[in-house]
Amino acid sequence: MVYDACVEVKLREGIADPQGSTIEKATANLGFTGITNVRVGKSIRFQVEAKDAEEANSIVTELCDRFLTNPVIEEAVIEIQVAG
Amino acid sequence: MQIVNFGGVDAVVIPGGFAHGDYLRPGAIARFSPAMEAIIEFAHNGGPVLGICNGFQVLTEAGLLPGALQKNAGLKFLCKEVELRVESTNSVLTNMAYEGQTLRIPINHFEGNFTCTEETLTQLQEQDQIILTYTDNPNGSMANIAGICNVERNVVGLMPHPERACHPLLGSTDGRVLLESFLQGAHATV
Amino acid sequence: MTEPLHRSLGLTDDELASIIDILGREPNHLELAMYSVMWSEHCSYKSSRIHLKRLPTEGDNVLVGPGENAGVIDVGDGIAIALRIESHNHPSYIEPYQGAATGVGGIIRDIFTMGARPIAIMDPLRFGPLDDARSRWVAEGVVSGISGYGNSVGVPNVGGEIVFDETYVGNPLVNVLCVGILPKERLVLGQASGVGNLAVLLGSTTGRDGIGGVSVLASAGFGDEEKDAEKRPSVQVGDPFEEKRLIEGCLELLNEGLVVGIQDLGGAGLACASSETASRGGVGMDFNVSAVPQREAGMEPFEIMTSESQERMLAIVEPDNLEQVFAICRKWEIRASVVGKVTPTGALRIVDDFDGEVLGEVPASSLHEDAPLYQRPMAEPDQIDEIAADQAIQLDPPEQIEEDLKDLLISPQWATSQYDSQLFLNTVVGPGSDAAVLRLKHPTTGRNTGRGIALTTDGNHRWCAINPRIGAAMTVAEAVLNLACVGALPQALVNCLNFGNPENPVVMWQLSEAVDGMAEACNAFNLPVVGGNVSLYNESQGVNIDPTPIVGVIGIIDDLNEPPPGQAWNEGDRIMLLGPEANGLCGSAWAFHKGHRNGSLPAIDLELHQRVCALTRTLVTRKLVTGLHDVSTGGLGVCAAEMAIHSGIGCTLARIPDHISFFSESPSRILTAVDPENMPEVEELAGEYQVPCVRMGLAHGDTFSVKNLCTVQVEKLEQRWSKRLADALDGGTTQG
Repeated sequence: MVYDACVEVKLREGIADPQGSTIEKATANLGFTGITNVRVGKSIRFQVEAKDAEEANSIVTELCDRFLTNPVIEEAVIEIQVAG
Repeated sequence: MQIVNFGGVDAVVIPGGFAHGDYLRPGAIARFSPAMEAIIEFAHNGGPVLGICNGFQVLTEAGLLPGALQKNAGLKFLCKEVELRVESTNSVLTNMAYEGQTLRIPINHFEGNFTCTEETLTQLQEQDQIILTYTDNPNGSMANIAGICNVERNVVGLMPHPERACHPLLGSTDGRVLLESFLQGAHATV
Repeated sequence: MTEPLHRSLGLTDDELASIIDILGREPNHLELAMYSVMWSEHCSYKSSRIHLKRLPTEGDNVLVGPGENAGVIDVGDGIAIALRIESHNHPSYIEPYQGAATGVGGIIRDIFTMGARPIAIMDPLRFGPLDDARSRWVAEGVVSGISGYGNSVGVPNVGGEIVFDETYVGNPLVNVLCVGILPKERLVLGQASGVGNLAVLLGSTTGRDGIGGVSVLASAGFGDEEKDAEKRPSVQVGDPFEEKRLIEGCLELLNEGLVVGIQDLGGAGLACASSETASRGGVGMDFNVSAVPQREAGMEPFEIMTSESQERMLAIVEPDNLEQVFAICRKWEIRASVVGKVTPTGALRIVDDFDGEVLGEVPASSLHEDAPLYQRPMAEPDQIDEIAADQAIQLDPPEQIEEDLKDLLISPQWATSQYDSQLFLNTVVGPGSDAAVLRLKHPTTGRNTGRGIALTTDGNHRWCAINPRIGAAMTVAEAVLNLACVGALPQALVNCLNFGNPENPVVMWQLSEAVDGMAEACNAFNLPVVGGNVSLYNESQGVNIDPTPIVGVIGIIDDLNEPPPGQAWNEGDRIMLLGPEANGLCGSAWAFHKGHRNGSLPAIDLELHQRVCALTRTLVTRKLVTGLHDVSTGGLGVCAAEMAIHSGIGCTLARIPDHISFFSESPSRILTAVDPENMPEVEELAGEYQVPCVRMGLAHGDTFSVKNLCTVQVEKLEQRWSKRLADALDGGTTQG
């Protein structure tokens, strides 16, 4: 089976996010009030071949741990669904 | 400590640059370069390893040094001369300097903002692993950290570029003491 | 009724008729698309070529003059230097980050195409005023694009300029200069020769990005917003890591002698590279579009041939060397595909597989040599006499001259600190000085020659708006004087001529005048023009930019045993002004700040200027000055203030009677700081060179003080100077 994987890489809670805070400041300058807790991450999309969703999930998890995230500062949210 | 050389190499320097375009994260792809396995083994055997700028980022990604380097607080690349303070002379990079010595050396990075957990920071402080700090923090680094070493003190990483401060025509020679320390360390392991 | 295809591609009816004449039949869509990009203003220089011929291009040191990918000069010790300047104005207005980034990528490819390793970049930039939101957004994006691409690909950015003025509000200028070094014997030219040789496409895949960029973006002005939005897809995305691999891979191919010729893919993409290599070599080429690696499915042949996807090169290879070429490409992880075969016919045939269908066939040289050449109508501006009579000295003098002074102080540091200026460990003087200085080392042996390369870029739209001829001559003169300030003798010049819409007769007149002024100055200074770029259609909503010819000049320092003096003075130094008396305020930054953009410029005395430059070089070489700075934007006032700021030491100046002599930008003047012991020798030398020399005052204390005119703390000047850009640009910018 081929699965669509979407990995959202985001900074761990408590890690300073200079991009997020800069964007937050800018929203205020632009007149958008009440925008808070801006955090910037990145999303990485790809396809993965696996026999079932569970296997796909474990492949992607390992990929995230070893490569796509730096566990010192980042964590990943993984979404897997059948490609289509 | 057992010292092993591979292929007649006395020391390893991972220089600055933008290995693999810094895509994904600085050092994230370079950390899997074919040479890295040998470098990791060399480091574990006590060989002197120095990572400068992008090289420092590679060493943290490879787990040879703790922490991580995030985007500068100002969200901009910074090319400027900064003042460093030698915090510890107990490392392969700083043993010929003196504690409290100030050095003028350039920084040239976008992601030099050292970050780690509170526990790691405490460990760095307690084990005297912070070897260089900024006297006027340019990038938001935790505890003004410019350079650290591992517990065994043979692996060092720093964001500033000592090699860019080695000739009077280039404006400073303050980087020499660091590189000379490192060279001496390399000879000592032969 | 729908627009005929040729017009929607930017070709005129007459141009279509010429194409039919050349082919002896109607062109098909693919052929028409290739002519449209190749005959665009950007590629063919059809409006400017006739004028550019008046520039001097010859010199004993010139190895390659204009017309190739870059000019090349011989600098001795077996070393040649390649240099080129280009514009990326239009893409940078639409998408500042990528526009500027791909500009850097393009100019770097031009340099290593010549077999040279790129060693320095400079960016002369022009934006709308800082109080305009869109201009701030453009400036911020452009600077980060240059930083993001240039730092990553690893070529030091050693200087340039950053200027803000309302003339650029709808049309910023993003020019970029690159310099490379090569062993003299390895010079390669972008040509195909040898029937049966193969054209190998190296680098990135080809996508739909940048299709028709040269005809749509670079050869038309901006109008309404909706249409501008449609142009957005024409902007390309740069990949500095791919470019880095291409630099290393191509230089290795050239080192190993494995390529006959090599050509970068820039404007007009494969259509340009295939026809240019073939036509330069006097041969033809069968070009197999289906062999081009494509980024997206279903691309039409005309899209493949005109795409401006970045980071691609076309190498001409003998079949016997193909395997070795592939091996080197594999090592550097560069994609390489055989896409063409050199034929004896002189025809560029686009084929679907080498044995397959012929999709289009044109004489290769017709895309270049038969491009139209226009002698467009020229006209002086209306009311030229009234404009000239409106003199800036008639403006009210400032009430508080120190406030006007502060308004003119602006440090480029906010931008330049984002550029890595120190890569390769050769940068002796980086950004922010009169000229950048690099150690000159042999490109392959690394041997230090003990000599230095000096680089400067200069442009002055204010002077050129008032008098394009004198303004252009003064621009060249300023560049030469900037080089003298670091002790360098000028060797060659490249220019980037940024003008408005050439269909406007006044714009053509400005261009023609500027070329003449530049030619006069280059002839006087014995300075060959080795390359150039013309950027026209810099207009927005029918308003043309002030004419902005920008020059890049390279010089050589014979003995670089210590850094040049710089722009600072020591406590107790005497301050001396070398050069003629100030003359008028027209075209000065002060007058423009007051909204006064008219007047006239006195002609520059090029002979006197030569003597000032020679004197300056002598003073620097003999180490007789502590610091020095040429009097330019902002006049003597800003010049002295900048020296005070750089030293953190004040001064007391006399002999500046009024705001006119304080803000005048009349040329050929140098402010020097001299140790009292050296004063007699400096004065004696000034006499020998017949250059007027005036004792202006003393460097001391912490106050910038001009007798009877102004007194202000140096620290206050420094704060304004250093924070100006950060205050305007750091708070987050928006498209407006």
